[in-house]
Amino acid sequence: MATKTHNERAWWFVLPVVLLVAFNALVPLMTVVNYSVQESFSQGVWFWSGVDWFEDTLNSSRFQAALGRQLMFTGVILAIEIPLGIAIALTMPKSGPWVPVCLVLMALPLLIPWNVVGAMWNIFALPDIGLLGYTVNALGIDYDYTQQPISAWITVIAMDVWHWTSLVVLLAYAGLASIPDAYYQAAKIDGAGRWAVFRHIELPKMNRVLTIAILLRFMDSFMIYTEPFVLTGGGPGNSTTFLSIDLVKKALGEFDLGPAAAMSLIYFLITLLVSWLFYTLMTRQEEG
Amino acid sequence: MATIGLKNLRHSYMPKPLAPEDYALKEIDLEWQDGGAYALLGPSGCGKSTLLNIISGLVTPSEGRIEFDGHDVTALPPDQRNIAQVFQFPVIYDTMTVYDNLAFPLRNRGVGKAEIDARVREITAMLELDDMLTRRASGLPPDAKQKISMGRGLVRNDVNVIMFDEPLTVIDPHLKWKLRSKLKELHHKVRATMIYVTHDQTEALTFADQVVVMDDGVIVQIGTPVDLFERPAHTFVGHFIGSPGMNVIPCQIENGRAVVDGVPVATENAPGEKSGRMEVGVRPEFVTLAAEGIPARIIRVADTGRHRIVETELSGVKVHAVIGEGASIPEGSAHLAFDPARTRVYADGWLVGGSH
Repeated sequence: MATKTHNERAWWFVLPVVLLVAFNALVPLMTVVNYSVQESFSQGVWFWSGVDWFEDTLNSSRFQAALGRQLMFTGVILAIEIPLGIAIALTMPKSGPWVPVCLVLMALPLLIPWNVVGAMWNIFALPDIGLLGYTVNALGIDYDYTQQPISAWITVIAMDVWHWTSLVVLLAYAGLASIPDAYYQAAKIDGAGRWAVFRHIELPKMNRVLTIAILLRFMDSFMIYTEPFVLTGGGPGNSTTFLSIDLVKKALGEFDLGPAAAMSLIYFLITLLVSWLFYTLMTRQEEG
Repeated sequence: MATIGLKNLRHSYMPKPLAPEDYALKEIDLEWQDGGAYALLGPSGCGKSTLLNIISGLVTPSEGRIEFDGHDVTALPPDQRNIAQVFQFPVIYDTMTVYDNLAFPLRNRGVGKAEIDARVREITAMLELDDMLTRRASGLPPDAKQKISMGRGLVRNDVNVIMFDEPLTVIDPHLKWKLRSKLKELHHKVRATMIYVTHDQTEALTFADQVVVMDDGVIVQIGTPVDLFERPAHTFVGHFIGSPGMNVIPCQIENGRAVVDGVPVATENAPGEKSGRMEVGVRPEFVTLAAEGIPARIIRVADTGRHRIVETELSGVKVHAVIGEGASIPEGSAHLAFDPARTRVYADGWLVGGSH
């Protein structure tokens, strides 16, 4: 065994990063933790309240409803975007002049700022003047996302699918592009059908990129704020009030710092937990 | 098993080939006998992989026909040709066990469960994979993976030909030899027609009964390893096979005899009339340093342990000679003598009086 030189000076090189991370992540997080265990009646007067805010939040029907909507929304968009993204990636050309064209077209929605996406769909889907809203109504379907919860949900989901499926497509396409031709040739020789090629070659080879795609889409959609806020403002009623919209209402609208802080932490822990679960499950499947 | 006939095969990757240079395969007319072990040998880019892919059906030739036992299969896709192919890099189905990998081609063809089991067990025993049947194939070392690739071809009993496209590229040197002998042993057991593509002469010569040497889209010689060594039909074959390769020395033809640097050289074949570029070919093993002969300058001597390789130069051409350990080697200049029975005249690269 070679003896390693031990040099304490190395810590000085790490220090700037530690400070940076402390200031932009740890300190704000601890502030939130601080708020979440205290109660204030007036400026500068604080009382220790323990885990009361956490209990209140978990028991509140408002939080439970928002969490339910959030899980529903994330579940639906994952169920649509992942298979759709894979399907589109499979139909894209593998080589030739159309490859860059397809890639640029796919990347376009990703380049649009989130509030612009919300505004675009807001106008696009308006029942009286929007191209989509007007056309759908002209076809005899009663559609008004400003009044009907179902229509609002469909619009929010359609908007997210339009905005983010491309990300799944690009990741899946990268996974497909890394499969050597020999695999397809061997499968042909082995007499494998289209489904078998997908099931035994393409899907396993896309495993890693799909893990990333699912994680990214889960985290992003679970924290979604800007687009539905611009599109529906959380309504009609509370029908599209997702967790982050609810959180902002509570923290800034009602200035309930304690409950809002407790809710933030619960929200954060759920995101962390589910991400960890996804990651562990998907990578274990790969190894086992 | 089948006899494979290639009739007037030509292939170009360009949509409208005009000149002969546009063709990756220029004109191939060839018959592979049923149950033979063939090697397709040539440098990178000579068209051997193209030829292989045409036989397997992954590439459709621009012109010509492929026949399996006299039936035209040119238009058939790979899965209907009943061929098996082992690729340069092992192809395995990552998510499946070793057993399932081997069963996969049979399941795709709707073979019964009991028969699949019997076949898979028979082949894995042959390949010595039987102790890892239930393991996931993805975690295995490259040589085991390559055995699985072979196994997927061997389990099928309808296979006309098994083709190997440089299958040992990713295998460690000490395992290469083992796998090669395994392959040879398998050929004796199953008697399948096997075509082995390689640019490595050792692999080709040890595996095959018949070696097909290709260069620049043309088959330059077909023969046993001994034929290729002793009687190269083309200077390319002489050069490509052997280490060092055959010496090729420009010569004049005077009075029906080959003359190198003004010294007449006795040859095995009659040089005939001068036609094009005339050369004398002789392997280093049949060149000796003598008191009389063609004057040459000695450049360097390399000792390989078993013998010494003497590099000489005569009027701008390098000539190698393989000399036994005991013999003395003069300094500076020497005279070269060629064994008349192993010295041949080539015109424009081709053996004069050969079948070309």
